[in-house]
Amino acid sequence: MRYLPKSPAERQQMLKTIGVKSIDELFAPIPAEFRLTRDLAIPPQMAESEIVEWFRARADENATGFDIMLGAGAYNHYRPLVIDSLISRGEWFTAYTPYQPEIAQGTLQAIFEFQTMICELTGMEVANASMYDGSTGAAEAVMMAIRVTGRSEAILARSVHPEYREVIATYAKYQGLPLTEVAFTETGRVDLDALDKAITPQTACVLIQSPNFFGTIEDVAAIADVVHAKGALLVVSIAEALSLGIVRPPAEADIVSLEAQSFGVPLSYGGPYAGVIATREKFIRQIPGRLVGQTTDRNGKRGFVLTLSTREQHIRREKATSNICTNQALIALMVNIYMDVYGRNGIKELAEQNLAKAAYARKTLGAKAKVLFDGAPRFNEFVLQTTEDAYEISHRLAARNKIIGGFPLRKFYPELGNAAVWCATELTSKTAVDAAAKEVAAISVSEVKA
Amino acid sequence: MSNADIKKVTTHISQNEGLIFEHSSPGKKAYRLRQLDVPAIDAAAELGSALRAEPADLPEVSEIEIIRHFTRLSTWNYAVDHGMYPLGSCTMKYNPRVNEVVARLDSIAGAHPYQPEQASQGALRIMKTLADQLIEITGMDAITLQPAAGAHGELTGILLMRAYLESRGNPRKKVLIPDSAHGTNPATAAMVGYEVENLRSNERGMVDLAALEAQMNEDVAGLMLTNPNTLGIFEQQIAQIAEILHRKGGLLYMDGANMNALVAKARPGDFGVDVMHLNLHKTFSTPHGGGGPGSGPVACKAYLEPFLPKPIVVEAADGRLSLDYNRPQSIGRVRAFFGNFGMHVRALAYIMANGPDGLRQTTEDAVLNANYLRKQLEGTFELPYATPTMHEVVFSDKLQNKQGIKTGDIAKRLIDYGFHPYTVSFPMVVHGALMIEPTESEPLEELDLFVDAMKSIAQEAIDTPELIKNAPSSTRLSRLDETAAARKPILRWKRETK
Repeated sequence: MRYLPKSPAERQQMLKTIGVKSIDELFAPIPAEFRLTRDLAIPPQMAESEIVEWFRARADENATGFDIMLGAGAYNHYRPLVIDSLISRGEWFTAYTPYQPEIAQGTLQAIFEFQTMICELTGMEVANASMYDGSTGAAEAVMMAIRVTGRSEAILARSVHPEYREVIATYAKYQGLPLTEVAFTETGRVDLDALDKAITPQTACVLIQSPNFFGTIEDVAAIADVVHAKGALLVVSIAEALSLGIVRPPAEADIVSLEAQSFGVPLSYGGPYAGVIATREKFIRQIPGRLVGQTTDRNGKRGFVLTLSTREQHIRREKATSNICTNQALIALMVNIYMDVYGRNGIKELAEQNLAKAAYARKTLGAKAKVLFDGAPRFNEFVLQTTEDAYEISHRLAARNKIIGGFPLRKFYPELGNAAVWCATELTSKTAVDAAAKEVAAISVSEVKA
Repeated sequence: MSNADIKKVTTHISQNEGLIFEHSSPGKKAYRLRQLDVPAIDAAAELGSALRAEPADLPEVSEIEIIRHFTRLSTWNYAVDHGMYPLGSCTMKYNPRVNEVVARLDSIAGAHPYQPEQASQGALRIMKTLADQLIEITGMDAITLQPAAGAHGELTGILLMRAYLESRGNPRKKVLIPDSAHGTNPATAAMVGYEVENLRSNERGMVDLAALEAQMNEDVAGLMLTNPNTLGIFEQQIAQIAEILHRKGGLLYMDGANMNALVAKARPGDFGVDVMHLNLHKTFSTPHGGGGPGSGPVACKAYLEPFLPKPIVVEAADGRLSLDYNRPQSIGRVRAFFGNFGMHVRALAYIMANGPDGLRQTTEDAVLNANYLRKQLEGTFELPYATPTMHEVVFSDKLQNKQGIKTGDIAKRLIDYGFHPYTVSFPMVVHGALMIEPTESEPLEELDLFVDAMKSIAQEAIDTPELIKNAPSSTRLSRLDETAAARKPILRWKRETK
């Protein structure tokens, strides 16, 4: 086996040193009836070239060379080449959690930089070293709000990503944590009156997403006023991190839960991504996950360490803030590099390009079908309501035009009828938008004839 | 010995490097955007009061500075690619390069999770193939790939247990956890609303059957057991343990952190485990990445299958794959989309490269390496449990305590010898533990260098203990002040105000 660095003679020599006759003796602690005496029923060893070939064949069974006009929590942005070039260094990807700071300063400093950038983007005072993703990060943010306030209920906006809400429901189920939902208005924004009525003295937090699942940017300040007036915390989930390049950060929030995938992380069929929790300094002892802090070594030199670990499971066990053990260090590194490539001005210019592409797509597709939720600003997504079933459109676009169309909303929002949430990024070409518009129009017209 | 005599390493020039923010200067850039092919917009008009007033204060740097910054930083890290990384229970094995290549193929890395199923057959096939093979490897009946890490898998597994017991009328109140368990186990049980009850180990380092018998009753949902446990000891009475639990309607959860001791040699499904998680980033070679991403599939017996998170990948008679969301008894989702798919790709590539004989040899070599180290270091370091061990071995610092040397000091000195330390002070059942897991990836030469280093440090403890207490002496930084870091946390860089 090519990954195993031993010759048969060396194995024999080692067995002799240990003082056993055969390897089987070392497995004697496993009761004989449970020792596997046959080969596992899996395919035989494959050569490297065969493995590459097998995965190429699988890749070819996926959509290849398609234009993606789909977001809905996973965004197709360009990934600068320096990202993979750098993270492919073994020093980054074959290291572990930086428990020994003397030989992990690279990872520690990179996370410290990442935490700083997240604070700058979100307008929060502190950020952690990352969570699994945006959905679990949102669930952890809600549980954090429960600990901070000592209250026991949470309200989720119905315009939060449906799968994020499902994850929160799973996390909340056995913690005696009732969840309620608050509706959206015809602008696509949270219904402030309904929200005001829904908040009780037991409401720990209100979770919103902005831009929300429809692409609509919430009026965070107005929502914060309503929430804070009743002593609850406002948690803002952000699935499209690039929006922060041009959209006002949710500075009035108490906790921000960000999905950072947009910043240089491959779509990779849904993961790995990286969530991050950012918050105010006063809540730092309740934040879940790893934190990196600055300190000095015994010679007074600046250095970085994992810190405030008394919150965590390896110290606190069942009283920990979370059971989370890993962060998404390598993904956070991609995000860090991405933000360095674009920097202060590039993130803004790139966000502006997204805004322009989405405006064009909205106008072009909107000429053929109905754009919902006018009357509130959006970033790079919008909802298009059609006469034809959204899945049909999606299938036809894929088959005829090599375009991945919008995400059909019927499953999660039946009240919106034949609607889909579409997305345009800097990678969406005018040609693709025009082709998609023709396809949407073709059917609308033929249906009119019928 | 003096640092100059150490065989494995020599000090060499290491570049200094500031924070990336400290390289920033207005006007520098590392990007060029495309020409816009649609009309430009006025962002202020488009966004109104939602427009961002001040740009985020991100660094302004050029491409060469980014390359140098992260290359320099990388050289300050120790990694598996440098040498043995014997962190116990972390399984720091070689990360094959083919895994990285196939995970980055365009239509795999570029696949959108919501692209239509007919345009995702390749991705679904990868998930289905991995799922089937992990089921065979564990001897279980069903699996979910959705959990994003080991602790996330534990959460999923205990949720399954709870949902199953609830469906039978009573979720029960407590979960039993051995005193040698990882901290994630009790933290997980608490997240699912269970009280945690500690289960004592016996003098051989295994579950105390009498204690289990006494503590097991109709209030106990089950036991979370790591097997081999964190002492590296296989729970020889595993069948009796399962039987005691099952007799009173409880379930056996297995923490699969130490599965590298068992693959192709024994299957948890065969020895009474009801539900377990795997760590693809330990046993199945997906890279640790400096702390993540991981992946923690959960395998279970057939009676727990209806409760698995949704969706699961199903295959029709004609071979077409689809995602099944219609699972009314499911615990729900534990993560958006389908889990850390990129890790699924890598784990499958690893299993393919190994085949049944390669996986068996891998496990045998992992156990061989650990027992070789045990034999060579026994006597130099105290072995608190004489019970045979599998893929890892736990010593204590008792013999070195006489000179005032603790496990943490030995660990720091090991850095000067060119090794990453072992896991320090864990498991907690051993006072001053040195928990060593070499994995199968170490050549004999590297193991011998490690043995030499450990013996040399033991001698230093007698001759020159101050050398150990002041270690490491060859690194950029030494003995960072963690107390100060926690007392007055500085968690972000701030621009100096003029």
